Amino acid sequence: MKMQNPRQVYGETLLELGRKNKNIVVLEADLSKSTMTCLFEKEFPERFFEMGIGEANMTSFAGGLSLTGKIAFTNSFAVFASGRAYDQIRQGISIPKLNVKIIGSSAGLSDFGDGATHQSVEDAAIMRAIPNMTVLVPADGIETRKMTRKIAEYQGPVYMRINRHDLPDLFPEDQEYEIGKSYLIRDGKDVVVFANGIMVSKAVQTAEKLIGEGISVRVVNVSSLKPTNEDDIKKYASGVKGIVTAEEHSLIGGLASVITYILRGSGLPIITIGIEDDFGQSAHNYDELLNDYKLTEDNITVSVKKLVS
Amino acid sequence: MEITLTELEKKTRALRLNIIKMIGVGQKGHLGGSCSLAEIVAVLYFYKMKHDPKNPHWEDRDRFLLSKGHAALVQYAALAEAGYFSKAELERVKCLGAMLQGHPDMLTTPGIEANTGSLGQGLSLACGIAAGLRLDGRKNKVYCIVGDGEIAEGQIWEAAMTASYYKLDNLTAILDKNGLQATGAITERYNTNPLVEKWKAFGWHVAEMDGHNLKEIVETLDQVDKITGKPKMIIARTVKGKGIPFAENVVAFHNGELTQEQFKKACADLA
Repeated sequence: MKMQNPRQVYGETLLELGRKNKNIVVLEADLSKSTMTCLFEKEFPERFFEMGIGEANMTSFAGGLSLTGKIAFTNSFAVFASGRAYDQIRQGISIPKLNVKIIGSSAGLSDFGDGATHQSVEDAAIMRAIPNMTVLVPADGIETRKMTRKIAEYQGPVYMRINRHDLPDLFPEDQEYEIGKSYLIRDGKDVVVFANGIMVSKAVQTAEKLIGEGISVRVVNVSSLKPTNEDDIKKYASGVKGIVTAEEHSLIGGLASVITYILRGSGLPIITIGIEDDFGQSAHNYDELLNDYKLTEDNITVSVKKLVS
Repeated sequence: MEITLTELEKKTRALRLNIIKMIGVGQKGHLGGSCSLAEIVAVLYFYKMKHDPKNPHWEDRDRFLLSKGHAALVQYAALAEAGYFSKAELERVKCLGAMLQGHPDMLTTPGIEANTGSLGQGLSLACGIAAGLRLDGRKNKVYCIVGDGEIAEGQIWEAAMTASYYKLDNLTAILDKNGLQATGAITERYNTNPLVEKWKAFGWHVAEMDGHNLKEIVETLDQVDKITGKPKMIIARTVKGKGIPFAENVVAFHNGELTQEQFKKACADLA
């Protein structure tokens, strides 16, 4: 399976958008070589604003740019893009629905070495709680490209959290991307796994392995944490014995919250996989961390088997 | 000058009278910090700024942001006086569903450029607007009023660095140095002085003026237009509650209530 790096794809797409639309402006808080906005900076230095290590000011400044008709993309690590600028996003941008795109890079545990201070476990939750905010989590490079193009067209504030590492291509190239929709990645009939981000590929790999054991798993990519089309979720949850949710995020306020809320009253058993009210920590590699927090194919496998037994 | 100082003085009195009427009797309202800005806001709206009340989104307008958004009453009074909306709206300020919210809201109120009031953010928004206008090659100016209590917010100084780093000379900030924050004197509660030295050190051109002297405000605003290559900060010496004698320099009127007697007295003084 082809692997792509979502932040590389994001940087390239931003550049492509910048070539087409002179109103695209990019703001950075001294992480351009990590977030890959350096690609945009090189070609459009006049529309690239290095804001220094000051996320609060960067975010409000982006709001000001949007008030002159610009489509402003702010960039930092997810934990800072959402957390350090929470009040700026809430007050100056979300209340008046300004056209600012907040890009949380190196999201989840993907900045494995830097530990709890740099890993975002609650960013989607705090962004979801803000009225008028759209919250998106692409599963791979293809979806990152489609999503980045779409949010540039969409009028209003958006938070997008993207992974630091290479991910396998899963999103169909010919599938149009729409904010709010969930996407069937692989069909199955026994259990449905609702996942987003890196957990989509883990769910797909799990589903492939379980075929040999006679278990049929449906995998749905819920990349739009807000808004989330409820009919999509109910449709994909129909006819199965149970449901698994899988996310690289706290179980509080992210995908588990979205799915359990939408499917309340359905009577279906739901097992939620995610980070259990805990911060991240340093590790020598990403997989070591994912294993420690049980964000694994094994955990999805065990959960699916519980639901079919 | 198209408007005379006498006419500006009348406008200033009208703004103060409408501030008092908006606060009314027995309801809290930000009297002090609104009245300290009456002359400055009058000069901006009725002399200095290019704007069109009939076309609030006119592309060539100058922009005004009240970073100390709690003084919204003075801006509402000016917008109504200028004709952005009916003065009848002033009577409904802060009523449920009203156009005029407790803090400026660009979605509900014509003439409001940005949502401010969470202190410390307006100057960054103003910097972004100034940068955006410059990208488009526009000559419009951006004015932003900050408070001397507000500048305790760290984001103000992030914006101060940004404005000088990006040489935003289309931006003029005015600091309402009324000397009082919500709980007491700036010098006793949380001293943000010295002001001139700080803003100079951050790379701004700094001017000072008497914030209640119309002629001086006009001259200072005109003078700073000549400065290029750096953002402009005008430190305005003001009196909190100015023009309402019983409220001048009284901390309780930061966000206080008027009695029936005080209301009548203030209206009579300003009429």
